[in-house]
Amino acid sequence: MTAADTIFALASGGGRGAIAVLRVSGAESRGIIARLAGGLPTARMASLRWLRDPTTGDALDQALVLWFPGPKSYTGEDSAELHLHGGPAVIAAVGGALAALGARPAEAGEFTRRAFLNGRLDLTAAEGIADLIAAETEAQRRQALRQADGALAKLYGAWSERLTRLLAHQEAAIEFAEDDLPTDLGDRARDGAATLRAEIVAHLADGGRGERLREGVLVAILGAPNAGKSSLLNALAGRDAAIVSARAGTTRDVVEVRLALAGVPVTLADTAGLREAADEIEQEGIRRAHRRAEEADLVLAVFAADTAPDAETLAWVTPGAVVLANKVDLAPAPGKIGGVAPLPVSARTGAGLEALRTRLEAEARRLAGAADAAVLTRPRHRAALTEASAWLAEAETALLPELASEALRAALRALGRLTGRVGVEDVLDVIFRDFCIGK
Amino acid sequence: MDFIFDVVVVGGGHAGCEAAAAAARCGARTLLLTHKVETIGEMSCNPAIGGVGKGHLVREVDALDGIMARAADAAAIHVKMLNRSKGPAVRGPRAQADRRLYRAAVRGLLEAQDGLTILAAAAEGIETAPDRGVVAVVTGDGRRIACGALVVTTGTFLRGEIHIGETRIPAGRVGDAPAVGLALAFERLGLPLARLKTGTPPRLDGRTIAWGELEAQPGDDPPEPLSWMTERITNRQVVCGITTTTPETHAVIRANLHHSAVYGGRIQGVGPRYCPSIEDKVVRFADRERHQVFLEPEGLDDDTVYPNGISTSLPEDVQAAMIASMPGLQRARIVRPGYAIEYDHVDPRALSPSLEVRAVPRLFLAGQINGTTGYEEAAAQGLMAGLNAAQRASGGAPDRVLTRGEAYIGVLADDLTLHGVSEPYRMLTARAEHRLVLRADNAGLRLTGKGIAWGCVGPARSARHRAFAAALADALARARSDGTTPAALAAAGIAVNQDGKRRSVLEVLALPGIDAPAVDGVFPWLRDLAPALRAQLEAEALYAPYLRRQEAEMRLLEREERMPIPDHLDFGAVPGLSSEMRQRLTAARPATLGSAGRLPGITPAAIAALAVALRRDGVRST
Ligand SMILES: Cc1cc2nc3c(=O)[nH]c(=O)nc-3n(C[C@H](O)[C@H](O)[C@H](O)COP(=O)(O)OP(=O)(O)OC[C@H]3O[C@@H](n4cnc5c(N)ncnc54)[C@H](O)[C@@H]3O)c2cc1C
Ligand SMILES: Nc1nc2c(ncn2[C@@H]2O[C@H](COP(=O)(O)OP(=O)(O)O)[C@@H](O)[C@H]2O)c(=O)[nH]1
Ligand SMILES: [Mg+2]
Repeated sequence: MTAADTIFALASGGGRGAIAVLRVSGAESRGIIARLAGGLPTARMASLRWLRDPTTGDALDQALVLWFPGPKSYTGEDSAELHLHGGPAVIAAVGGALAALGARPAEAGEFTRRAFLNGRLDLTAAEGIADLIAAETEAQRRQALRQADGALAKLYGAWSERLTRLLAHQEAAIEFAEDDLPTDLGDRARDGAATLRAEIVAHLADGGRGERLREGVLVAILGAPNAGKSSLLNALAGRDAAIVSARAGTTRDVVEVRLALAGVPVTLADTAGLREAADEIEQEGIRRAHRRAEEADLVLAVFAADTAPDAETLAWVTPGAVVLANKVDLAPAPGKIGGVAPLPVSARTGAGLEALRTRLEAEARRLAGAADAAVLTRPRHRAALTEASAWLAEAETALLPELASEALRAALRALGRLTGRVGVEDVLDVIFRDFCIGK
Repeated sequence: MDFIFDVVVVGGGHAGCEAAAAAARCGARTLLLTHKVETIGEMSCNPAIGGVGKGHLVREVDALDGIMARAADAAAIHVKMLNRSKGPAVRGPRAQADRRLYRAAVRGLLEAQDGLTILAAAAEGIETAPDRGVVAVVTGDGRRIACGALVVTTGTFLRGEIHIGETRIPAGRVGDAPAVGLALAFERLGLPLARLKTGTPPRLDGRTIAWGELEAQPGDDPPEPLSWMTERITNRQVVCGITTTTPETHAVIRANLHHSAVYGGRIQGVGPRYCPSIEDKVVRFADRERHQVFLEPEGLDDDTVYPNGISTSLPEDVQAAMIASMPGLQRARIVRPGYAIEYDHVDPRALSPSLEVRAVPRLFLAGQINGTTGYEEAAAQGLMAGLNAAQRASGGAPDRVLTRGEAYIGVLADDLTLHGVSEPYRMLTARAEHRLVLRADNAGLRLTGKGIAWGCVGPARSARHRAFAAALADALARARSDGTTPAALAAAGIAVNQDGKRRSVLEVLALPGIDAPAVDGVFPWLRDLAPALRAQLEAEALYAPYLRRQEAEMRLLEREERMPIPDHLDFGAVPGLSSEMRQRLTAARPATLGSAGRLPGITPAAIAALAVALRRDGVRST
């Protein structure tokens, strides 16, 4: 991560589903914007421009482009804002074009950090910025949680471990030349780098088909067994996605349904009921329910109107949650549950479902900003992996062990942007585990 | 306040000697207080100075006009440049020293230093005043010595305890009493203490070793000095021997593991992973049939031999059986048994990067007491503590701190004060982000100028440094401007792409596998360069492409490095920080935004939030 890089990120705040603002900052902004927007607009004036793919010339979107030459900009660097016509596909395409032109997706807080380093922070109210950073962190945390579960995270984690080991062996050859170590450590590191690079390149060439990244707003449906979670999911989805049964504890795993609400992709996750589970499989289901709820952008807490609210579900009644009283065909909805007035519904009769849908659409729109950010993880991954593989190539051909080491370190730093930073202590751990060091 | 000494240094080990000399060089009236004058400059363990990482530190200490490298040159009896086949950034100079000559050289240098007094006494107490910090140090014989700043460098002496098999002896090292009074004083001052351990092998009588049966290992010829101020090494050079442990040795060790102080559970302290005892090696790498052992003579007219690689806390009779099972040592006699030592150290996170105790102004700590291991690590800290103590005593706020980008010394101080230690800390080049820049060969270029500004570099070195730096600037300028065509290079037998592009001398020197005489043929002026200048040109050529790519990153780091986080900042009150980040930052108390960014688990967003808070507090980049 260097100051010389030109970075971009989604900057649209809450409440704007239709317009997404991409912000670009860094020394290369001028050239990048000129190529993307077919020329540089007048400084600090909103100009309507067609954005085009730099290689194919295809039109990507008609956008408002604002150009802020440094140092009088938010970050103090040359920067620009692109107001796009929403839509994850458009954002992803423009993000891809920016990456192709040499910019890379920003890390969380990076714009603010640059602004600070360039002494530009007084331009904006400091309070507001702190909130913004908190939001950035929150979105990042949710995203990290989501990915931590997935196959991608496992793949990157395994690569990072292998790379750490390659580096450790190369470092051992440098630090402990006097010790009785194998003489071919350098060669082995080189071979290992070549194999690893081949895998990364193949992954990148996959055209993204392998990247099953979950996108959109994630809504978790929580509630006691038999509260009617699965029935509600089916009613909203319009098909029998989850098994509905009168026996408590039927939904043993997380069932997910993808819907479009107000044009925003939404994943509804039905979970096993929250209660003390007797059998092991169900316990696992409940663990997953909790996990899914923690990842979720929105929680639907479901209570049955004819039963007293259960403590487990009550614990999820937080300010952001949507509280439902289901089965109002059997009993009237209570006035308050956990201090919140519930939305009365009946999965059986369909009463209140329209109001629920409207509420969910509003929530989805509100959360769309954060969901768009998830789309950008793709170019972010791509950038990090491309950089890692370039450094691996460098390691393969480096003429001296310390240069190979330097390249491996850089590759690990790049990969670390996806998997978390790997520190020198991790490298030393591998050295001392694998070799008998010390005279 | 009135006192005779500006700076008092407690402990005449490698940290203390360097601290006392540095403070005195800066003009502070300095007292070195140590148990015995005879053990000044004593090497408690392996009689060698330098190595990969450690050699870098020695060169940096030398660049600031410290004494370690000069003393090592005066005592060197076997010298080797480690990693000679690798690039200059990771080459590490190492010298084995004659113990006696080394002590004499250190003492000679200290006695020649103006403004430095040596006193044999034990420090037993520290007197403090609430508004001032340290006021005086109190000795075992009841003297109270007022001072402007105090540097404590008592090594492994804080509640030290030696283990040999089942036997335990309270000691700072073999033959020396531990420091108990000081440990209590630290406890009273509320300093966080923890326990570590280290060990040493038995010493052998060289006359009883069958050298003829062993592989001999000569040093470099000619030996390259450690100090830039040493013209050449004049001692006779000795040869080392190599033997190995055998399956029989391992069997003896396994059969007696329960007698080992460590494996018998009598030691709780954590030992260094890179300096394992032979017990550790045999247990952890059970499939190895042999481990290498270097036999290093401890002096020119001293028959003691240091068997490098078999530090142990087994009982004496087991040590004897172990030794007898190794080729060439069947009849070798043990002069002194090996032992493990457990000792208290202070958690260095209690220190600011200037090595001053945050909670006790005017108290500085350096050396093994801070959880490090090794003479070089001790010397490096001692030097910095001495400089800062002198500054404190003269009424200033100590700010003689090197960054990670400037020196291994900076890496050391930052790692210690930011992360603390979980095992005895040793320097490794892998710890430095800027390894290609922080070379042993350019320590003077990196640091002597700074030392001159700090007032700790004498006139002789200053003059040499200025002349060299000027000559190098000329040579570099010429190497960048002078150049030739691919055709001319091909004619001289240098394989290069015939693309018609002119290449500068530096670019030619950077060509892979370049042959020095051939380059000299094309650019004859290179032949007239002093070897040290030439080496700088070559290193510059070799690493320049890499360094250019790292430049932007380094600039960013430097800027964050220069952004201080005030001691009083309440992380709990910084908006936008998650509670996890708050906890991590509060525990580590990073001194700068840069060091905050290096804490494990800290997110870029947290750094941004911190930056905002700093700005609001009116703290600016300097
Ligand atoms: C048994 C043993 C094995 C070791 N093995 C290794 C190894 O394998 N590799 C390695 O790199 N390093 C090893 N070391 C570490 C190395 O010796 C030290 O890191 C280094 O000497 C530390 O220097 P220092 O200046 O901090 O302390 P020391 O060199 O220990 O000096 C401390 C000085 O303080 C004096 N002193 C102590 N208390 C008082 C007091 N109250 N009043 C006055 N004077 C006092 C002592 O007399 C002594 O002169 C070993 C050390 C020991 C003891
Ligand atoms: N009367 C009535 N029954 C319902 C309603 N919603 C669900 N049920 C029934 O309650 C039982 C449990 O429903 P299910 O969706 O499996 O609950 P879950 O365990 O929370 O997923 C089933 O027999 C449903 O038919 C409702 O609104 N009214
Ligand atoms: Mg169900």
